Amino acid sequence: MLTLILRRVGFMLFTMLVVSLVLFLLLDTELAGDPATRVLGQFASEHQKELWREEHGYNRPVMVRYFDWVGSFVTGDLGISNRYRAPVAEVLWPRLWNTAILGFWTFALIIPISLVFGILSGMREGSVLDRSLSVTGILTTSVPEFASAVFFSSVFVFGLQWLPGTSGMTDGFDPVQLILPVMVLVVYDFGYVARMTRASMAEVMTAQYIRTAVLKGLAYKTVILRHALRNALIAPFTVIMLQINWLLSGVIVVEFYFAYKGFGALLLEASLNNDVALLEACAMIAVAVAVGTQTLADIGYTILNPRIRFS
Amino acid sequence: MNNSANGSGNGATAAPILECKDLCISYYTRAGEIPAVVDFSLTVQPGETIGIVGESGCGKSTVAMAIMQYMGHNGGITGGSIKFKGRDMTKMSEAELRQLRGSEIAMIYQEPFASLNPSLRVSTQLLEVPMTHENITRAEARERCMQVLRDVRLPDPARVMNSYPHQLSGGQQQRVVIAMGLLSNPSLLLLDEPTTALDVTVEAGIVKLIADISAKYGTSQIYISHNLGLILETCDRVFVMYSGEVVEEGRIKSLFTWPRHPYTHGLFACIPLPTADKNAAPLRPIPGQLPLPHERPVGCYYAPRCNHFKEGLCDARHFPMEKVEGDEGANHFVRCLRWREIDHHQEAPGGDPRAAAEIGDCCLEVTDMQKYYPVKDSSLKALFTGKRMRNVKANESLNFRAHEGETVAIVGESGCGKSTFAKVLMGLETGTGGEIRHDGVDIAEIAVRDRSNRQISSLQMVFQNPFDTLNPSHTIGAQIERVVKKFGVEKNKAAVRERVMKLLDTVKLPRDFYYRKPRQLSGGQKQRIGIARAFAGNPSMVIADEPVSALDVSVAAAVTELLTDIQREHRTTLLFISHDLSVVRYLADRIVVMYLGQIMERGTTEQIFSPPYHPYTEALLSAVPIADPEVTKREIVLDGNVPSAMDPPSGCPFSTRCPRKIGAICETENPPERQASERHYIKCHIELDELRKVEEVIHVPKEEERIRAE
Repeated sequence: MLTLILRRVGFMLFTMLVVSLVLFLLLDTELAGDPATRVLGQFASEHQKELWREEHGYNRPVMVRYFDWVGSFVTGDLGISNRYRAPVAEVLWPRLWNTAILGFWTFALIIPISLVFGILSGMREGSVLDRSLSVTGILTTSVPEFASAVFFSSVFVFGLQWLPGTSGMTDGFDPVQLILPVMVLVVYDFGYVARMTRASMAEVMTAQYIRTAVLKGLAYKTVILRHALRNALIAPFTVIMLQINWLLSGVIVVEFYFAYKGFGALLLEASLNNDVALLEACAMIAVAVAVGTQTLADIGYTILNPRIRFS
Repeated sequence: MNNSANGSGNGATAAPILECKDLCISYYTRAGEIPAVVDFSLTVQPGETIGIVGESGCGKSTVAMAIMQYMGHNGGITGGSIKFKGRDMTKMSEAELRQLRGSEIAMIYQEPFASLNPSLRVSTQLLEVPMTHENITRAEARERCMQVLRDVRLPDPARVMNSYPHQLSGGQQQRVVIAMGLLSNPSLLLLDEPTTALDVTVEAGIVKLIADISAKYGTSQIYISHNLGLILETCDRVFVMYSGEVVEEGRIKSLFTWPRHPYTHGLFACIPLPTADKNAAPLRPIPGQLPLPHERPVGCYYAPRCNHFKEGLCDARHFPMEKVEGDEGANHFVRCLRWREIDHHQEAPGGDPRAAAEIGDCCLEVTDMQKYYPVKDSSLKALFTGKRMRNVKANESLNFRAHEGETVAIVGESGCGKSTFAKVLMGLETGTGGEIRHDGVDIAEIAVRDRSNRQISSLQMVFQNPFDTLNPSHTIGAQIERVVKKFGVEKNKAAVRERVMKLLDTVKLPRDFYYRKPRQLSGGQKQRIGIARAFAGNPSMVIADEPVSALDVSVAAAVTELLTDIQREHRTTLLFISHDLSVVRYLADRIVVMYLGQIMERGTTEQIFSPPYHPYTEALLSAVPIADPEVTKREIVLDGNVPSAMDPPSGCPFSTRCPRKIGAICETENPPERQASERHYIKCHIELDELRKVEEVIHVPKEEERIRAE
């Protein structure tokens, strides 16, 4: 078990290091265009560029610059954002926090809804609930977020006029503005998780050990809660962990549409404006979340599944 | 074992535990109602063990599930009653059933691993039985579980309690399932093929345990099996089922000595009893196939396959069981209108004798063959000590020879390395040492892709599971044709086709099977195609890896006979890999007994089956259930499990389980191979003279001494 955690964490750090190298080579070297031109614009003179390079240490060898960059990254110095004229950390953390709030409410709804419906329909394969869930799930998952965002806006903002159309939070945090973005994300994703849960539960219900449990004379409730759930939840757990990763990139559309000041919108902004330092920080955060959730999913899977834990 | 219960003789006055009367069970499918079991009647007295025997699809498991009232949503009882201690279970509510299940009636299943919840500890799964049914504390329940685990002879019950199912071996898992069944001291135990998934020596241990339990707890049992030998060893009374109905029932001794129904006769003629011999008294397969439920004929269901069928009598109407006069206590009933007219002596097992095949020159010579698998140890300890690679010795110094036209059997339990050897021989793996000379060429280290077409076609294989070995999307004809073309047996298109047709004739399948897809074939037919495919390139040697173990008794007999016929005709060398000593005894000329990658004993079939024995051979022979009440066996039950090949014992591999261990030498030194007589070798530390003093394990009475001979 300890070996596994150490190995997974080690692998995670290694992946991040490799990604950081690729990022650095692409954004901060001449490999994909002159960084000075990228920052100063195409109309800057050669002299200005040279001055900029000298000031920002771009004339040092690439390896030295890379280690310098990684070192300052690790110690929390993320550099200066070109667009915001402020330290990247000051811009990034509030945005990340906003996305975390959005993500939290999305998951707070997705997990219970999809697990409850998935389990109930998996328990009785072919029932009315099961079939309606299947259809609903396919329907909602196949409508992309930008389409459902437009649809929900037309209904709740312009039609019923219940909800605000943007979520800029200009006058401080307003939970009402969070409803539409969360709704779009939940509707898009719950069907997928629910269908995975359903498949897993349906498979477990046909297993022979469920028959054993029933024929022991246990109450149906005990059979489900003690014998079926534990095994049925192993597969959805991994799926849910992977959704965290999806959310980070999936929110770009939603945040942009609702003008929500989150991480996704920031990432979009940084790349549109050639804000190298901000882009690097955002990319590294995205990679860290991706690799981190993957590692947690692996370790959690092992803990949930004793056949792997003790082998 | 059979006298462990009072049985129906004097138990007639006691109230029966279970009474099934005229039970009819149907499944509902898109095709309509399918009657799975028809008019099933059964009475179980206290302490009695009932056997239900039959081939797959005969409805024996359906009966068990009906007794548990667990039919699934598409099955239902359409008639009759199931009375448990006088109360009709078919009319009980779900809550009432719950009180019976697990406390009054318990069940033991075919696959112990699938029947245990993989993510709960054994303790959780055991404790919930008494905690649900009785008002006792956790500590008391725990004490009870430990006691029952000791009763099922599991060493170290505390460790077992704390384990997850996958940490136990198959035999231990089945003991846990048995313990689970016994926890609340039920009055009725249902056993559905409880040993089918286990190794022979483990099976023997479980069978003995089940018999002891019925004696100790006085539990009534219903034992369901396809194996007549196991039924004989465990039961007091037996029901023979065919196509959803009971065709014959009676006390074990009576039914096994004087079977009355043609189907029962047919079953006995299909199993390789010790009296069967592939030349003098071959198996006699039952012609035809089991009818599907909606294709059952009017009258006797067995009529289309029966030699005694009489038009106008057998196919007139469905008829009830008739009592066989004679031994009153036997309660022997038979569902046959002509049982009085049939000459039952004529029906005794053993077909027409055939000439023995000629044995030619040596065609396979295995010398010091070894196969080691490197295994990576990924523990932290191995990481630090640097010992990350270890060798698993799957085959260690194998030596034997096979001649043309000879059948050599490799026998051993799972993990003994018999399949690894087959893989090396086929070139699917390459050996790590020694030689395998086939037709004079050493092929041990030539992988199959480096072999010539000639070499590949002369060494072919028949696989264990016919269901997975045929490509589902190609026709039968195309699959055999491809082999014929690939090996260059025939080039011309018409000639290739003719050759495929001849092969279909050889395996006794109609020629229009050429156009069929594998899913349209039954298991036995698929295995025939497997045989046709293997013989398509005129092989000089065929390796058959458990070719009949996945098949039903009567189908297995037909496939076995087919294989021997083709072998005799083509003078092919047959390497028969099996765990079933009764089939091996029937088929093989020479036997190689393997244990943990090493050959323990090798010699002719006669030499292996008579003293001197290797102690492991002795135990194997004793473990084989024999469906002949007049054959006596010496009982040797092995303790423990086959050790893992990853971590084999030092010294003699069998030393951890050997009942004849002579001392420390067994644990420290690998035993020498001693020559007992010509081409008969035993690998043991015990002197040959000592081994010769041992009595024979299986005693078969002479024909004239038999009760049947009267």
